[in-house]
Amino acid sequence: MLPELLSLLPVAIVGAVLGLDVVSFPQAMISRPIVAATLGGALAGDITSGLVAGAVLEMIALEMLPVGASRYPEWGTASVVGGAMAAEFYTLPGAAVVAIFASIATAWAGGWSMYGLRRLNGIWVRRELGMLEAGHPGTVTGLQLRGLTADIARGFLLTLIALLLWLPLASWVLSHWTLGRTPSHVVLAAVAAAVAGSAAWRISQGVRLARWCFLGGLVAGIAILVLRR
Amino acid sequence: MSTSTAIAADTPRLPWRTRITMFTRLLAIQASWNYELMLGPGLGFCIEPALRLLPGGRGGAAYREALARQSRYFNAQPYFASVAAGALARAELDGRPPEQIERFRTAMCGPLGSLGDRLVWAGWLPFSALLALLAFGLRADAPLVVLVFLVVYNAGHLGLRVWGLKAGWKGGLRVASSLGGPLLRHGPAVLSRAVMMLAGVALPLAIWRVLQGLPVPPVPESEVVRAVGGVAIASALLMAAVLGAVLVRLHSRVEGWRVALAVLAVLIIYSVAR
Repeated sequence: MLPELLSLLPVAIVGAVLGLDVVSFPQAMISRPIVAATLGGALAGDITSGLVAGAVLEMIALEMLPVGASRYPEWGTASVVGGAMAAEFYTLPGAAVVAIFASIATAWAGGWSMYGLRRLNGIWVRRELGMLEAGHPGTVTGLQLRGLTADIARGFLLTLIALLLWLPLASWVLSHWTLGRTPSHVVLAAVAAAVAGSAAWRISQGVRLARWCFLGGLVAGIAILVLRR
Repeated sequence: MSTSTAIAADTPRLPWRTRITMFTRLLAIQASWNYELMLGPGLGFCIEPALRLLPGGRGGAAYREALARQSRYFNAQPYFASVAAGALARAELDGRPPEQIERFRTAMCGPLGSLGDRLVWAGWLPFSALLALLAFGLRADAPLVVLVFLVVYNAGHLGLRVWGLKAGWKGGLRVASSLGGPLLRHGPAVLSRAVMMLAGVALPLAIWRVLQGLPVPPVPESEVVRAVGGVAIASALLMAAVLGAVLVRLHSRVEGWRVALAVLAVLIIYSVAR
């Protein structure tokens, strides 16, 4: 058990760092799926599996606008988990599907953990309100440091718990998997592209010519596809 | 002399060390984000280095009053909050009346929030992500795909924060004029069109690459590529089009990631149980 736990530590540490990037520091979007899952895959020994998982997750995450106080899936830690799982089982036909499923479910849980963190920050702020109103020099710095530390701990624990939960479960599911690689990937790619396409469509609502731009792009994309095959 | 030249000539110099500290702190402006004061404590934290320059220095009466004022409720898009940080630091050091500063603080929340959301979250972020997906679809290697995304996105991200702090400091309480520039006014619509065009090009190519899947040793990648038939690609494109149309019609009633989770759950159960 202990060696297994230790082998997960590097992934959990990366999960903690990328979880921090989602909102707290520095929001450079190293936590976006296409980066985070690729890193997860590289850590688990197969960067290409991580990249493919990351691209699928990026398409699904495209609809999420991290606006203000809204609650949304937390893709940073979840993508590290997804990338690592895709790499761990990459020889098996259903690996990508199971990894993406685990990743979305983890992102959902991650969204709730961020909500909890914001509530915790609120408790700390209420406790320090008197000092804050007095303009005490160390209070704002203390609040910021506490928030950063709690966010790192959140990302670390979430990644570790997700890996401990999903790895054995994925192993069991994949040992009973009957579908071939191609049909599995057809569904996966179609669902991800549908979410991404509808997200882009919604974003551009009310913008003149935007939908013509999409159609023009689609024609170009399909033409490149036909020429490159 | 134009207004902007007049402002530039009047602008006091903020020491480089203070400027760099403020910029670094801006990267952590959301560290203590909460539902009560939102970005308030974070904004106070970012402006604090400039407040040390007030008469009496760190811990003096002016410093304490200003820090208390700047740590109250505030909300904006985090990158655009740099505009508010620069402007408010300037207003405090200029000795503007507290009521005026508080009115300005309240008035800035809406514009800095909506402009930032449209330009960054609904514009630059999806644009950068789709550019990376296009690189992925064109079979770029993993490091190149990641690099494309990080370089493009952060050129905009960091550039915006640097510009915001500078424009805020330069304009002070008159910074609103900087937000009316053509780039910020027309940028969101131009980006929306670019996002749509990129989505059209990148998504079919990304589907193709996902379908090629992962080369399972000892089969070389080229053979896997050939094995993916036109039927598979056409099926995926058709499924994506139908499901995408359904999602667009359902609009805000359902989130795509929930649909994806449900479809994959059904697929997993089917594959295991059959």
